[in-house]
Amino acid sequence: MLQTLWNNRIECVAVLLFAVGFFTLILHPNLLKKIIGLNIMDTAAYLFLTSIGYIRGRLAPIIVNGNTNPESYVNPLPAGLVLTGIVVSVSVTALMLALTYRLYKAYHTLNVDEIYMLSREKLEREEGKKEESE
Amino acid sequence: MSFSLNFPLFAIVLSLICSVVSALLPRKAARVLSLVLFGMIAASSAVILLYTGKTGRIFFYQMGHFPHPWGNELKIGALEALFSLAFSLVLLSCITGGSRQLRIDLVPKTSNLYYSMVDLLQAALLVLVYTNDLFTGYVFIEICTIASCGILLIRQVGRTTLASVRYMIFSLVGSGLFLFGVILLYQVTGHLLMPNLRECIALLWKNGQYRVPLLAAMILISVGLSIKSGLFPFHFWMPDTYGYATPASSGILSGLVSKGYIFLLLKLVFDVFGTEVFYQSGLQNVFYVLGFLGMIIGSISAMRENDIFRMIAFSSAAQIGYIYLGIGVSQTFGVAAALFHVLTHAVTKPLLFLSAAQLSEAVGGKKQFKELQGTAHFNKFAGFAFTVGSLSMIGIPPTMGFISKYLFAVSAFHANLKMIPTLIVLAVSTVLNTIYFARTLIRIYNNPDGTSPSRIPNSAQKPFVLSAVFLIVMNLIAGIASQPLVNLLRESLNLF
Repeated sequence: MLQTLWNNRIECVAVLLFAVGFFTLILHPNLLKKIIGLNIMDTAAYLFLTSIGYIRGRLAPIIVNGNTNPESYVNPLPAGLVLTGIVVSVSVTALMLALTYRLYKAYHTLNVDEIYMLSREKLEREEGKKEESE
Repeated sequence: MSFSLNFPLFAIVLSLICSVVSALLPRKAARVLSLVLFGMIAASSAVILLYTGKTGRIFFYQMGHFPHPWGNELKIGALEALFSLAFSLVLLSCITGGSRQLRIDLVPKTSNLYYSMVDLLQAALLVLVYTNDLFTGYVFIEICTIASCGILLIRQVGRTTLASVRYMIFSLVGSGLFLFGVILLYQVTGHLLMPNLRECIALLWKNGQYRVPLLAAMILISVGLSIKSGLFPFHFWMPDTYGYATPASSGILSGLVSKGYIFLLLKLVFDVFGTEVFYQSGLQNVFYVLGFLGMIIGSISAMRENDIFRMIAFSSAAQIGYIYLGIGVSQTFGVAAALFHVLTHAVTKPLLFLSAAQLSEAVGGKKQFKELQGTAHFNKFAGFAFTVGSLSMIGIPPTMGFISKYLFAVSAFHANLKMIPTLIVLAVSTVLNTIYFARTLIRIYNNPDGTSPSRIPNSAQKPFVLSAVFLIVMNLIAGIASQPLVNLLRESLNLF
């Protein structure tokens, strides 16, 4: 059991990191920390992908000295997937940061629960005003 | 005719190009460009549907120069063509029908970006329907998320920013789980193309190898996609999201985006996990229970709601419940019913959102039920359209809603243990649907004190009337002549 865990130590760390990021994203009230959680989660997934894509003793898939034997290189696909994934998570992070900036400008706080309460109060005040004017 | 097999790729690339070009065009040109684009995609999908329907085969379209186990592929069959046809037609009518509110809600300087986002959404939906490669699926799920957040955010009133943040967080959780599931599958099998994955998974499952990672991957992927499509315990973002967006966006988000994820999930069940493995894993029972609860709780929440848009949004949660119930009941009749209900809901929900927007505008932009008294008299056509939509949601013949309820009932008779609970939940949820839609209809037609209406000029109504007539006609045609459609769905399930 311990031997298996040790052999797959990178995968285990990746799963742990994924869990940390996942729960930060869901449970943490601070918007910026939520975004950090999102990045930890995505990076953990890429760590997992990179670690299964690497085979000890093999080279990066660029032909050196005319050696075309496929056995001496690693599969380039996992690295390609990681690159694609990084592009995706960068764009999602940018969008989330823009949204956070907009919310902070409107409510002057980063705490989601506080923002929720403030917006509810604002809504009630507006409705109250409407009824008064009627 | 076999040239038509190139159309899906053309449609995807063209939508992506149009999305970029729209960002540079003035508003009107961007709008015309998207309308032409959606029309062309609908026409080409119809051609593909005719061709694949006639040959009765499924084609694999290789992209780039890497053949089968390495490259990227599209899968083109009658089912895919049917759904891309339906999605592009509904998208077209949402943009047309909501154009009046779009003009009001959008900031003039940036309003061309709305059409850019919609084109991007069309590309993502097409890829979710056609793709045969798991990682491409993941990338376009994220693109779909970004585009839907864009069309939600574009209306700068009230709580849209907060609503979109919540929507994004739920979506990101869902796609993170999906990504991890895909990586696990890739680790175990070494494949990303769906047919190869299915062969590998079937073999591994039969030999009893790697059961835990396979099961974990299946759970991660199913949970991820059901969070994104808004299945019962994850439906809390729906009312905020659909309630505050501009009506065209609400229609698109509830009618199409969540359906794209469901279609991808069904594709994965049939093409990646394989029905045998999936229906042995017990996951379908989880879907069944969650769908069951979603039908009841979504309807009860809709009954307690006083805001017409939020009510329609909760009703969406209930309809998503129906679809997952169908997937859970059985792999043949149940899934056919679920697919039919996807079409029903895609045609009906935008109609409801668009006509509710017209009704609320007739009383000066109010959304509460008590302020909507008698509004159907001020805008007669919108009242009629809302009535047809409600009847379809309740399931009165000759609408599509009736056929999908009938198909759910038929599927119940083919499931031994689940027969009685399925029939009971269908009956109960139909009664609940009837209660809240009938209450809304009575409110909008009952005008006790005859308050003066604020008239909308007839010319401004034209796009709405056009798209509502189109949606109603689609609904009735598919409801009356449903047999070819049902046959097509069942046949393609065998081919899937």
